[in-house]
Amino acid sequence: MSDPTTLGIADALRLLADGEISAVELTRAHIERMEAGRALNAFITETPDLALAQAKESDTRRTRGEEGRLDGIPLGIKDLFCTEGVQTSAASAILKGFVPPYESTVTANLKAAGTVMLGKLNLDEFAMGSANVTSHFGPVENPWKRRSDKNAKLVPGGSSGGSAAAVASGLCMGATGTDTGGSIRQPASFCGIVGIKPTYGRCSRFGVVAFASSLDQPGPMARSVEDCALLLGAMAGHDSKDSTSAPMAVPDFTKALGGSVKGLKVGIPTEYRPDGLNAEVAAIWDRGVEWLKEAGAEPVSISLPATRYALPAYYIIAPAECSSNLARYDGVRFGLRVEGATLDDLYRETRAAGFGAEVRRRILIGTYVLSAGYYDAYYNKAQKVRRLIADDFARAFQNVDVILTPTAPSAAFGIGEKSDDPVTMWLNDIFTIPASLAGLPGLSLPAGLNQDGLPLGLQLIGRPFDEETVFRVAAAMEKAADFTAKPDLFAAGGA
Amino acid sequence: MSLDRTTVRAIANLARIAVPDEDLDHLAGELSNILTFVEDLSSADTDGIEPMSSVAAMSLPMRDDVVTDGGYADKVLANAPGGATEGFFTVPKVVE
Amino acid sequence: MTYLIEGETGEWELVIGLEVHAQVVSNAKLFSGAATRFGAEPNSQVSFIDAGFPGMLPVINRVCVEQAVRTGLGLKAKINLTSVFARKNYFYADLPQGYQISQYEQPIVGNGTLTIDLADGTSKVIGIERLHLEQDAGKSMHDQHPTRSYIDLNRSGVALMEIVSKPDLRSPEEAGAYIAKLRSILRYLGTCDGNMQEGSLRCDANVSVRPKGSDELRTRCEIKNVNSIRFVQQAIEYEARRHVEVYESGGTIDQETRLFDSSKGETRSMRSKEHAHDYRYFPDPDLLPLVLDPAMVEEIGRSLPELPDEKKDRFVHEYGLSAYDAGVLVAEQASADFFETVAKGRDSKLAANWVMGDFFGALNATGRTVEDPPVSAADLGALIDLIKDGTLSGRLAKDVFALMLETGKAPAVLVEEKGLRQVTDTSAIEAAIDQVMAANPDKVAEIKGGKDKLMGWFVGQVMKATQGKANPAMVNELLANKMKD
Repeated sequence: MSDPTTLGIADALRLLADGEISAVELTRAHIERMEAGRALNAFITETPDLALAQAKESDTRRTRGEEGRLDGIPLGIKDLFCTEGVQTSAASAILKGFVPPYESTVTANLKAAGTVMLGKLNLDEFAMGSANVTSHFGPVENPWKRRSDKNAKLVPGGSSGGSAAAVASGLCMGATGTDTGGSIRQPASFCGIVGIKPTYGRCSRFGVVAFASSLDQPGPMARSVEDCALLLGAMAGHDSKDSTSAPMAVPDFTKALGGSVKGLKVGIPTEYRPDGLNAEVAAIWDRGVEWLKEAGAEPVSISLPATRYALPAYYIIAPAECSSNLARYDGVRFGLRVEGATLDDLYRETRAAGFGAEVRRRILIGTYVLSAGYYDAYYNKAQKVRRLIADDFARAFQNVDVILTPTAPSAAFGIGEKSDDPVTMWLNDIFTIPASLAGLPGLSLPAGLNQDGLPLGLQLIGRPFDEETVFRVAAAMEKAADFTAKPDLFAAGGA
Repeated sequence: MSLDRTTVRAIANLARIAVPDEDLDHLAGELSNILTFVEDLSSADTDGIEPMSSVAAMSLPMRDDVVTDGGYADKVLANAPGGATEGFFTVPKVVE
Repeated sequence: MTYLIEGETGEWELVIGLEVHAQVVSNAKLFSGAATRFGAEPNSQVSFIDAGFPGMLPVINRVCVEQAVRTGLGLKAKINLTSVFARKNYFYADLPQGYQISQYEQPIVGNGTLTIDLADGTSKVIGIERLHLEQDAGKSMHDQHPTRSYIDLNRSGVALMEIVSKPDLRSPEEAGAYIAKLRSILRYLGTCDGNMQEGSLRCDANVSVRPKGSDELRTRCEIKNVNSIRFVQQAIEYEARRHVEVYESGGTIDQETRLFDSSKGETRSMRSKEHAHDYRYFPDPDLLPLVLDPAMVEEIGRSLPELPDEKKDRFVHEYGLSAYDAGVLVAEQASADFFETVAKGRDSKLAANWVMGDFFGALNATGRTVEDPPVSAADLGALIDLIKDGTLSGRLAKDVFALMLETGKAPAVLVEEKGLRQVTDTSAIEAAIDQVMAANPDKVAEIKGGKDKLMGWFVGQVMKATQGKANPAMVNELLANKMKD
């Protein structure tokens, strides 16, 4: 049998079912891999003992014929999901040592499906970032290397950078991510894997440390479209503990795979091809259009005129919500406390010590745009623009079934690059943010490598709760792309 | 839009984050850049457009009036920095 | 009668608006499934949601929404079929999330009215600005430790209705009448128990003054969290006089939040609220707009009980009571119900007199309540029946009532046991009259000489001779006849 850490989830489930591998063996292989890959800094907390215990239980369930649909599959969990009894840090000093006495709905669903948790994955602090360089636990390294410079350490994208790096390098078979403005899709693109941000409301936010509540959405990251479909099926579902959770049945997403895309109309938004778009990104996008044409789909040029306002609107709405969501980190009930002479001193010093620069910046901007006298000019205006953006998509989807765009404006860049100016960093999410604002499902899949050997992803955006069409088209493109390149897994770590 | 030191200090106070004086100028510059960046919004024509605070096309679900939670003071207090006192969280004494 | 403060420079009028925080009667909290019971062990009725833990989300309690609608309908207010929850952001030790979920621009209930009844018998309609639903905060205790404040989150997340009046109140008396009436309505509706000691009804008063005859609105001060009607009245009066003094000495009033110190009868500036607040309200992204089904609102409307004002009108018309008596009886639903049980099929004025007189007196004396009365409504009714059928005179009835309190026995039983039946036998009464007349010939002569005033003395003597059992009306009539002879 081949190395278990290169298996897809569907393949592994078949081997487990056939008794050709046990959950313990599968898990042990991943634990070894996880340890060997530590140089990537993908995990904040490793839970090998817990994983082996869960794997043993999984094997027991399987012998009794009581297995769940993903029983025995070892996963990594973004450290933004609260996990009962296991530190949940949000990659922030302010939550260091916080051990939730409760479980997020998504991770509870995954547990119920029989999955094994290998550990908690690194991310940008409070999921704020596009390069996974803002983590209190240090940056995550992308397992991919430039052909031109094998020594340069590249970012894995963010905020789900630990998830993307771990999945790409086989430290886990799949991972949970969360996406607020591109935090699943952009790192998936940077690391050459598949990731889907489902429709807002598809996966419960209960127990997920909140960044921007009206945008946050959990989703899966894995090495194939099929694996993502399997994971999403287990993660999703209505949750009465989340008032924004959609009361909708979860279809078997894998049934959408392999279906024909013949006759499907694929929207190609003109606004996503600005002057100066990276030529390689433009080229891979064109190639994607060709694949779909060859499969019988029909490309249709569409216009999403409010796109230019998406980034500014997002960088008002998300910080505003974050400034309020992060008020609870005050040193009183959990997490870090820096004592002060007065209550206000305690607050100020705790929060100064506990939040990193990017989080502080966003809290301050969010506080400012909500403050008296500025609400209408900033927040309310941004919410109106948000509707324009959502309306653009709704109009487009009257004529097309899915929209194809690049996922990110570039391939992975070096750790330390783009760090001088926050706004430059934010431009990474220019193609992912509009769908976030509209709450639409967006999937990134690897489409090819650039000249320097780094993966580039393409994004498919679907109608609300039509992840099935997104998966169907993604599967067709995956087949056409035949993306088989693998990262130099542990080049940096010397494993 | 440009923010001065005084405004940054006021915002930081509102957000209860201590900012050392020597950071104020740098921070004011960064925040001003961000505000300049988002300024583009003002050119969007939003006359007659309702603000959109959620994409969820549904109204608020309601739950039944049944006691289903609480009753675990130990768990609520378990993460209290420095531990709880006599079943309470504690903070520096507040004078009202 | 207009209430004015006599200053050095002239007369000043008060402008008062009240914000009442009424705790909603519900089993569980507004956004969590934790219990709301008063007086539990610290932090024992706290969910992770109430404690603002990471990743926790609010889900609204349907009954709390219905209670707000019920209250809105009881205040004859507009029910907003769409309302929005907003976050009010501020830091405080007993506010775990760092924001209070409240309603801001779109409350669940809009304009309404409340009629207050004043001591001089007049009524006044006070405007209700709005009613909104919000979460209560936890409780900070500052007196448990020399250097620390203790935080108990049991109350955190309990549903409150904030009911805001228009600035229509003009005197401490009106403010008191407003709170009393509002409390009465809330209790009729069953939406708030109105217990001010336990904090389930708390009042903030916004007070300003202006020269008599002016219609300007001057700077107001908000007096926070006053926990009895009397204290609200004292606080308003103190604060208004302070404003007058400041203005008359050439000063200005700063808009601020003040605390009432009931031991000193003074208000003072609140140190913890010194910073100008900027609450940064915005719609709570964890909650969607609250949309009410009109059928649900109608259903609640149909199920509303008869409220104090309507009941008072009915008591005046149906039972012929004075507005004042009716007002007293309807203040509490239990008193009104008690009265109606007593009055049903009986002389209603007599019933009202008994309920408000001897019965209420007995409640005071025994420390019992209408809900747990020392004499049941049925027994009191039976007593009135005995008066009506002539078995008892009013005076005997008072004796029987006293025995009922003492023994808990039914009046008919006591009448038999103690032989307290009224004497209506003409010959027996005549015999007593003859006896008294024979013993006092001089006084008889005086009456016959025209000194009518002595008749009362004779009645008293006859009653005494019959141990109070003679029917007083018969005594009067027979005595008058005898004197004419």
